[in-house]
Amino acid sequence: MDVLLKVNGTEHRLAVDVRTTLLDALRERLELTGTKKGCDLGQCGACTVLLDGMRVLSCFTLAVAAQEAEITTIEGLAGENKPLHPMQKAFLEQDAYQCGYCTPGQILSAIACVQEGHANSADQIREYMSGNLCRCAAYPKIVAAVQQAKLLMEGP
Amino acid sequence: MRPFDYQQAQGTAAALALAAQHLAPPGEERILAPAQYLAGGTNLLDLMKIGVAHPPALINITALRQDHGRIETDASGLRLGALARMAEAAEHPAVLRDYPAIAQSLQLAASQQLRNMATLGGNVLQRTRCNYFRDPSWQACNKRVPGTGCAAMAGVNRRLAVLGVSEHCIAHYPGDFANVLAALGAEVEILSSDGTARRIAFEELHRLPGDAPHIDTNLRPGELIISFRVPAGPWTRRSLYLKIRDRESYDFAQASAVVALDLQDGVVREARVGLGGLVAKPWRSHEAEAALRGRKLDQASAQASADAAFQGAVTHGENAFKPELGRRTLVRALLQAAAMET
Ligand SMILES: Cc1cc2nc3c(=O)[nH]c(=O)nc-3n(C[C@H](O)[C@H](O)[C@H](O)COP(=O)(O)OP(=O)(O)OC[C@H]3O[C@@H](n4cnc5c(N)ncnc54)[C@H](O)[C@@H]3O)c2cc1C
Ligand code: SF4
Ligand code: FES
Ligand code: FES
Repeated sequence: MDVLLKVNGTEHRLAVDVRTTLLDALRERLELTGTKKGCDLGQCGACTVLLDGMRVLSCFTLAVAAQEAEITTIEGLAGENKPLHPMQKAFLEQDAYQCGYCTPGQILSAIACVQEGHANSADQIREYMSGNLCRCAAYPKIVAAVQQAKLLMEGP
Repeated sequence: MRPFDYQQAQGTAAALALAAQHLAPPGEERILAPAQYLAGGTNLLDLMKIGVAHPPALINITALRQDHGRIETDASGLRLGALARMAEAAEHPAVLRDYPAIAQSLQLAASQQLRNMATLGGNVLQRTRCNYFRDPSWQACNKRVPGTGCAAMAGVNRRLAVLGVSEHCIAHYPGDFANVLAALGAEVEILSSDGTARRIAFEELHRLPGDAPHIDTNLRPGELIISFRVPAGPWTRRSLYLKIRDRESYDFAQASAVVALDLQDGVVREARVGLGGLVAKPWRSHEAEAALRGRKLDQASAQASADAAFQGAVTHGENAFKPELGRRTLVRALLQAAAMET
């Protein structure tokens, strides 16, 4: 099947098997390997991307069904040599990871979490970030990073 | 995953017509999986990936949000479009204010990513999380392959049901929201493939396992759920959903309770009670409600109600703790609801 995917502002035309998930299309076909495959069964959040600004799981999205949307992956947050997104900066500054495998999913999920208005307290951040598992258990620092970035994202 | 035919339906009539093309011959429709509607895909694609579902065709119905994605309230009650997303219903101001149990059942389910994708219609139709059902390398599962037996009876079953089970299947209905629809006496609006509409009580949508556990619901092949109607009542504002899980967040219920109360001076005029996490299908406990009516709501009447709710419980070894967990969950939910400020 021919599909047209709009990823990080660029249109890509490609032929895929109908079974191809958005996750596999991004990683295997478009070589955007920042989006990670953890469980491939909707349980870990590593494959989180934004579809029209909304956080979703790319392992449960068929590529053919993602054609209308603007897709944002971790690669799309800051261009090469451009400043990092405040959430990326906050993850660096708070040291909110160890191995980094869950981090792209955490960052996209966290950006949406702030934009949804679900980052008003540490408890609320923990609840609304619970779909992103971290095998290294960097959870306390992830909460701190979301709190730091929220201030910058929302301005004074 | 096996290949499938994929079609995107532009509207309701198109979706019904596409499904009708794939109907299996009479008598075999429930065994030969017919075409499946693809809504959020969070249960269907899951089951396809793990080799449990292999529909020959998928009909993407997300465009039907236009027709069936609205959430509306009026004096007679609440109407939830089947294509509305879980996240939308969970945060809808009228749902939060007038039907808090519904909002809570959705907020406490899955994760925000899943709630952004999943629809209310798909949610109520999600299938059991029984480990043996979800792993085709196990031979014995009457729900997956009729007549093969049940590996869970003497196996890992601490998540499975104690109410409504049969000797052929003890699978639990895993969802949260559907238990609230059952308890509040909701109705489901359904379109059949020729476009005719029917309405049934939500309690009649799902089937008990009995001797045919492979048939989850009374939907006929090709039928499309378009909405849920929840009747208004003086009990809906004083309502809550209490969910007990192994993990504090992002987990299915081990036990849950829906409570909605109409109280006058602490005495129960009317009550609605539902249970989850340990039931074979979305559950309303008429017995628990009857035990409360006309009584002062206190520890003793709450306990009597919980005892009535679990009268018929049947356990299988590992899940023997569940009736007591369920009773305590219901008692706590009743006392919390009584203490709510409305
Ligand atoms: C990790 C994880 C954790 C979860 N935790 C919870 C939880 O705690 N609580 C909870 O309740 N749920 C939980 N879920 C389940 C989740 O809520 C469901 O997968 C989701 O609600 C299904 O909705 P969907 O729109 O994605 O359905 P789909 O997967 O698209 O569809 C499911 C089924 O319903 C059919 N269908 C869909 N819409 C219609 C319609 N309008 N008419 C007729 N048939 C239709 C489809 O054909 C399919 O057979 C969890 C899921 C995952 C993966
Ligand atoms: S409990 Fe039901 S779903 Fe689980 S193995 Fe037994 S028959 Fe299958
Ligand atoms: S890879 Fe998608 S949720 Fe784990
Ligand atoms: S940093 Fe290793 S999994 Fe999260």
